Formats: sequence, C-alpha cells, structure tokens
Amino acid sequence: MSKLGKVSKNLSENIDEELLLQKPVSVWKRTIKRLLSKRSGKIGLLLICFIFIIAIAAPVIAPYDPQEVLIGKEIVKLKKREAPCIHVFGCDQAKPQHLMGIDGNYRDQFSRIIYGSRISLSIGFSTVSFAVIGGVLLGALAAFFGGWIDNIIMRMMDVILGFPSLLLAIAIVAVLGPGIRNALLAIAIVTLPAYARLTRASVLTVKELDYVKASVALGASPTRLLLFRILPNSLTPIVVLATLGIATAILDAAGLSFLGLGAQPPSPEWGTMLGSERNQVFSAPHLVFFPGIAIMITVLAFNLFGDGLRDALDPRLND
Amino acid sequence: MLSQSTQLEVKNLTTCFRTSKGNVMAVDEISFSLKKGETLCIVGESGCGKSVSALSIMGLLPPSGYVKSGSAIFQNNDLLLMTTKELEKLRGNRISMIFQDPGSSLNPVMRVGDQVSEIFQIHLNISKQEGQKKALEMLKQVEIPDPESRMLAFPHELSGGMAQRIMIAIALACNPDILIADEPTTALDVTIQSQILNLMSEMQLKTQTAIILITHDLGVVAEMADNVLVMYCGQVVEYGDVKTVFNSPIHPYTKALMKSIPIIGKKTRRLDAIPGRVPSLDMLPSGCRFERRCAEKNDNIVSNCQNKIPPIFNVDSVHGSRCWLEKGNE
Repeated sequence: MSKLGKVSKNLSENIDEELLLQKPVSVWKRTIKRLLSKRSGKIGLLLICFIFIIAIAAPVIAPYDPQEVLIGKEIVKLKKREAPCIHVFGCDQAKPQHLMGIDGNYRDQFSRIIYGSRISLSIGFSTVSFAVIGGVLLGALAAFFGGWIDNIIMRMMDVILGFPSLLLAIAIVAVLGPGIRNALLAIAIVTLPAYARLTRASVLTVKELDYVKASVALGASPTRLLLFRILPNSLTPIVVLATLGIATAILDAAGLSFLGLGAQPPSPEWGTMLGSERNQVFSAPHLVFFPGIAIMITVLAFNLFGDGLRDALDPRLND
Repeated sequence: MLSQSTQLEVKNLTTCFRTSKGNVMAVDEISFSLKKGETLCIVGESGCGKSVSALSIMGLLPPSGYVKSGSAIFQNNDLLLMTTKELEKLRGNRISMIFQDPGSSLNPVMRVGDQVSEIFQIHLNISKQEGQKKALEMLKQVEIPDPESRMLAFPHELSGGMAQRIMIAIALACNPDILIADEPTTALDVTIQSQILNLMSEMQLKTQTAIILITHDLGVVAEMADNVLVMYCGQVVEYGDVKTVFNSPIHPYTKALMKSIPIIGKKTRRLDAIPGRVPSLDMLPSGCRFERRCAEKNDNIVSNCQNKIPPIFNVDSVHGSRCWLEKGNE
C-alpha cells in the first residue's frame, strides 16, 4: 500500500516537472507557426521577404541610377525604348546589359523597377498605418462611448463609404493637387471607414466580456480599459484587414499614378511607369509588362499573406 | 452611530431596471450590515437580485439599471452617491470583487504576472518592477505552485482553479476592506471549490477582510457564512446568523429550501421541490411574493398574505423573517 502511494507520488512529481518544463507559448509564436504550415501563407511571406530585400538592397542590386538618362554615356549608341539585352540569352556581348530594356527617356528599366519597390512598399505601409490608426481610433471611440459620439462618427464613415472609393480618391487629389503625398492621403481617407467599422464591431463585442467588467470592478479607468483590455483583444481582425489593405493601397496608388494623379514622372513609381508608356504597348511591350508584373507580384504577395494570416489567427480553425 | 467594526451599512437599497414592460424592481429595500472580518452570504435562486444588489453597491449596474433609493455607507461615505471617479479609486483598492467564471475574468492577451502587478500600479502608484515583486508575493500567498514561471503564463494556460486563485490574488492585492464574491465557485468542480473556499477563509483570517459571498449553494453557505441573507424576488425574506437560520429556519421559503437539499445516504424517492414558479418581476402579486407557493399559509392569515406585503418581523435581535406568521412572535 505504502509502496503504491510512493509510486503514485513519484509519478505526480514527474508530471509536475514536465508541466514546469513546458515554456508558455506566446500568441505570436503560435500564429507564425500556423501561418507557415499553410502553403499560401508560406509563399506570401516568402514573396514579401523577397520584395523587402529588393527594396532595402536596391542600390546594390540596381546597375544604374533610376533617374539617370543614359544618352551618350554608353559605348554603343542606345535606341529609345530598346528591347531588353541579356547576355545569357544571346545578346551581343559588346553591348551593355539591360535586363528589362530602356524606357522612353533612355533610362534603365530594371533599375527603375527595383527602386519602384521602395516607393510601392512605403506607399502601402504608410497609407495603411494612417488608415488603421485613424480608423481604429474613431471606431473604438464610437463603440466605447456610444450614443451621439457613435452616431456622428459612424454617419461620417457612411458618407465616405457612399462614394465609389477610387472616384473619391480622385476628387480628393483634384482638390489637394496631384503628388504622391496627396495620393497617399486620399487613399488613406478612402480606406479608413472599413477599419473604423471593423473596430467598432469588434470593440462592441469585447466590451461586454467578463474580463472587461472584472477590470472595472477592480478599479481600472476608462482609458486603461480601452487601451489595455479592449483594444488588444479586438485587434485580430484588424491585423488581417490591414495586411490585405496593403495590397489594395498599392493597387490604388498605382491606379492614381497611372492616371497622372499620384507619383509624378521622374520618380520610378510602377503605376507612373505604366501610365507614361501605355501608348507604346505594341512597339515596346517590355515597358508595360514589367511594371505590371511587379505590381501583380507585390499585390499577390500581400493577399496570400493576408489570407494565411486570417486562417492562422482564426481560433475556430484548429491546427 | 456606526460602530468601529462595521464596514458597510446598507439601508433600504432599491434598484430598478428600465425594460420594455416598464420599470421593474429587481432589488426591493434590502438592508444589511457587514462587520470587519465577517462573512455575509446572500442566497437565493437565479434572478432574485443577489448579484444586482452587489453590482448596485459597486456602482457597476448596466446602463438600463439605476438605484432608486437607499444608502450604502462605507467609511462614512455613501457609495451610492459617489461619482465614477471616486468609485474608481475605491474599486479594487478598498472594495474588490471576484466573479463567477475565472476563465473569462482575466485578460487573455496579458501575462498573469502583469495583470496582478497592474493592480498595484493603479492603486499604489508604484513602479512596474516593484509591482512585479509584490505580484510574486501575492501569487505565493494564494498558494500557486511555481509562482515564478506562472507569472509569465497567459490565462489560457491556467486551470479554472488556478485562474480563480489569480483573481483572488488580484482582488486581495491592496488589502481591501470588503470583498464581494459573486458565485466564485460555481464554475469550478467540487474539489477545487473547497480549495478555493478554504483559501478565501485563510486569506480572510490574515487580512480581516469582510466578505459578501453571493451563492445559491447552501453547502457553501454552511461552510463559509457568519450571517445569512435569504432573498426571494428581490426582497430579503429571512436573515440571521448561519446556525440559527440552518437549525431553525422560520420563513416558509427558507424551510422549503432546506428541505430540498439532498441528504447523502437517506433513501428518498424524489427530492422535495417547491411547487409553482417564481413570479415574473413585472407581474408581482400585491401581497406576499411567496404566497402562491407557500405551504404554511392558513385561513386565519391568508387574506393578509394575499393583500399586504409582510414587513420583516424581528424574532430576536439577530434573526428576522418577512412572514405574517411571525406577527405574534415578535
């Protein structure tokens, strides 16, 4: 009998020790693990890393300055909108290599595409952070205080949502004047209501949960409730929407630039590049093809990543 | 007038809710007092106003509820007249509360240690490092095994009993004068229940905190209470110290409750039940609220029972019952 008791005691001690050895797994670690277990998430993350490396290492990768006009600077005379010259594929060794050809202003298209990633990424992230900060703030205030504050904020958002988004963006740029900063602001304003609505919905749910009430009972102030209890617990859907929103923002910015309302010509923005060479689609397809592909890959990367993230953060889908 | 050891004196507290059917009285003129180191149990079935009275005292009523009248004197101040700012200072500091479901009472995205130390930061204005030290001490006091590594755990990694210990640690962190426990053991299994109750009694001995324990489990009452308040339909129907109420209940409702406790080992075909249903709060009878289900009403007083709400008759200085039967025995 006593032996049995001893054995079971040892056993329970062992179990205790095992339990103690288990390190708590943080939410983010688990999310990343689940994200990488899905193919879409993996490919998305890989592509995003790839684009980031290109953007960061642009001066190393790009053979020319993106705005340098190459007239008379090369040994062999350059033609306007010359097709790509790649030595591996049998281009004359005497000619300098231009992986994506030369554009209408005698600039190296490849370098411009590489530098363009910097602009696109910064547009994507800055518009989304702008929209998220504004949207989350407005949505959280509306849901937390309710009443007339809620009404005023949400009706304003409804008005913005009432316009077709690109049209409203064009109108805003028309008022503020074309330029990359204004385009960015316009896109942020246009996408903001989506975040406000989502945040409001999610805060309304979290606000009623037990731990929020418990915190009130333990003397937490409204500010603390909002910042440390409610917001962190309602961020999950916003993170997902923001990731997908980066893709939309890049696309919208490219669209505005294509129309001549965003980034202005010398800057190597993909949409601008597309727009300025669009009449030469048949004579110089490379000048339209490569910026288009670049936009597509970037948008695809963020969409795949966003999808993967949504699955990874969804508590209903277990691993 | 208040004696030194009285912590809380609630008088004629009445709480109403605005509903689509008009205003409904959820708590009707309840009164009690709470002394230092004492445990008061409020028992009653679901919807009888136990939790609402606690929430009224804490100023935590949902927007549709409001306190109609009454007072709750705590350290010479009326809690019911305080502003939100003043209440914020008291909550968690002088008056704490723990809830039914420990699993959902903790913030899921914050480490347990941070949540315990936060309470020190809010109320004692100390740095995070000091708060963490005190939090560790608190976790040791509530007997959490391996407190150092538990400090870093997230709530979902804790069992229900462990989470309730954390809640107790948070609630008692600032040595409150009053702890309101709203069915603290309902969501836990029986062995953990008794551990949590033991822990609460131990902590009470150490800190001399007065506890208001809200429960519908008469076993818990017998184990923990000094005084008992039995509620029915928003009213106090019987009060007294635990021994008297358990040994010689006088209100028919209390008696019926006692009779319906199953006794292990005793052979019975069916458990005793109280016939009928609790009347809806928006259609209360004009007389005694228990009259229709009462087993003891008799012809001599039945017109009284049906027409007039009985006042509380004090049988002796510490024991009273809201029943016309006691009219002569006062």
